[in-house]
Amino acid sequence: MGIGEFFHMGGHGFYIWGSYGTALFLMIVEATWVAKRRNKAKKELERMEAEFARVDNQGMNR
Amino acid sequence: MHRMLWKLFNRDMALFMQRKQDIVTVLGFFLVAVALFPLGISSDPELLREIAPGAIWIAALFSTVLALDRLFSEDMDDGTLEQQLLMPLPISLVLLVRLIAHWVVTSLPIIVLTPVMGVQFGLNLDEIVILTFSLLLGTPVLVLLGAIGAALTVGLKSSGGLVTLLLLPLYVPVLILGTSSVSSVMAGMEVTAHFSLMGAALIVSLVLSPFAVATALKITID
Amino acid sequence: MSMTRRIPWMKYASASSFYPLANRLVPIFMGLAIVLAVIGLYVGFFVAPIDYQQGNSYRIMFLHVPAAWMSMFIYLLLAVYAIISLVWRVKMADIMAYSLAPTGAMFTFLALLTGALWGRPTWGTYWIWDARLTSELLLLFLYLGYMGLYSAIPDRQRASRAASFLAIVGVVNVPIIYFSVVWWNTLHQGSSFSVSDGASMTSDMLSALLLMTFACWAYAIAVVLRRAQAVILERKKVALWASQISRKKES
Repeated sequence: MGIGEFFHMGGHGFYIWGSYGTALFLMIVEATWVAKRRNKAKKELERMEAEFARVDNQGMNR
Repeated sequence: MHRMLWKLFNRDMALFMQRKQDIVTVLGFFLVAVALFPLGISSDPELLREIAPGAIWIAALFSTVLALDRLFSEDMDDGTLEQQLLMPLPISLVLLVRLIAHWVVTSLPIIVLTPVMGVQFGLNLDEIVILTFSLLLGTPVLVLLGAIGAALTVGLKSSGGLVTLLLLPLYVPVLILGTSSVSSVMAGMEVTAHFSLMGAALIVSLVLSPFAVATALKITID
Repeated sequence: MSMTRRIPWMKYASASSFYPLANRLVPIFMGLAIVLAVIGLYVGFFVAPIDYQQGNSYRIMFLHVPAAWMSMFIYLLLAVYAIISLVWRVKMADIMAYSLAPTGAMFTFLALLTGALWGRPTWGTYWIWDARLTSELLLLFLYLGYMGLYSAIPDRQRASRAASFLAIVGVVNVPIIYFSVVWWNTLHQGSSFSVSDGASMTSDMLSALLLMTFACWAYAIAVVLRRAQAVILERKKVALWASQISRKKES
């Protein structure tokens, strides 16, 4: 079985690869979004904690 | 207690009747929606007869959703509902009375007009009777279930689309039962099964829905 | 406090111990998902024979069936978490329910899409108002309603409780919806096709199906845990902000 024949899938290539392609696309997009959302929240939280700690120290020194 | 409930009912009726233009809006919406079906699809009498139950039921369904908007909303402003909830009555009973009043004000006029709509769509007497009866059994269920959605979205701005989305899946079984009862009578079949199922749905929702609405309201306005 | 000592699993109901656990689990399950999917696809495309009735298009089933199963399991799981969050006020349960919803909706959409793409070569049409497709569509509405209500209510506590309640009402309705749609379908014989999927399933097909199902599970676990982590951090941020403001007001 050649490569072309494999992708042709006996005339059903569009339906099969359309299904699996969309699934792969959606899963990659979702996983990336979720990872980005986590990293963004993590960074912002760390920045906020550092900022508040700095403000607190200043307050004590004064 | 009976007298108390009756007083409550009259209070709710008066509250709803104060805003007559809302009732007119709901009724007008129903009439326009039903009238649009022949204009949008076809004036072929055979086809119209076939789509009549669905068209009238869908119009009634969306009119119910439209009317739900004012089920709890005005009370958010003047505090009537909060007051009523403090009465020495079970909350679910207070809510049930309110839902019945709401049904009388918004759904009953639609049902009264349904035979006219039926004639316009070329239904015969038997079919009109069944259609009207199916709405009589079905619209209370729509109101009872819809109240859950209305309670969950109380106080939200522009919640109309959201309520529709929340209620659509819950309304599907009622819609199916209601329209298929008329289709069955058109096909010369028995409708007792349909009506017993709808009656069961009505009893179950009469018993359970007030508690569900009370729970939902406690979440959204306490 | 004594509760936490007596029931060890309660420990994982708190965000602070969930977070590092999720950190360790996410890569494991993501890796598992990829490995299982690769093996499953290999078995599904190279080992499993062509179906003499449907041709190759039946290979969509290795994706469609797991996606449809996931869409239903995830909704059920979401409702269980919603009950826990509503009745026992466990915050982590609410975070889990919230995090499950988008992934569940994604699988529901995928089940609908692959069903349509399978239906075209098999039935000759992308969409029929068949009982399963119709109830799957309504399931998508249930997911969208949950997410819509959650994001529409500004107060988070209230949003969480209202959405949880809606999820519970929804899960009670799922069987009613399904049976009413099946019943409706039998009334309208014209649009119903008799589908005999699984009638002649070989063991290779079955193992491909199971492998893909486990892959989808592993993927869902990884993504949902990651999303739950993000939500924990976001809520922590809001709490920190609020506490800082109240401290400023005091001083």
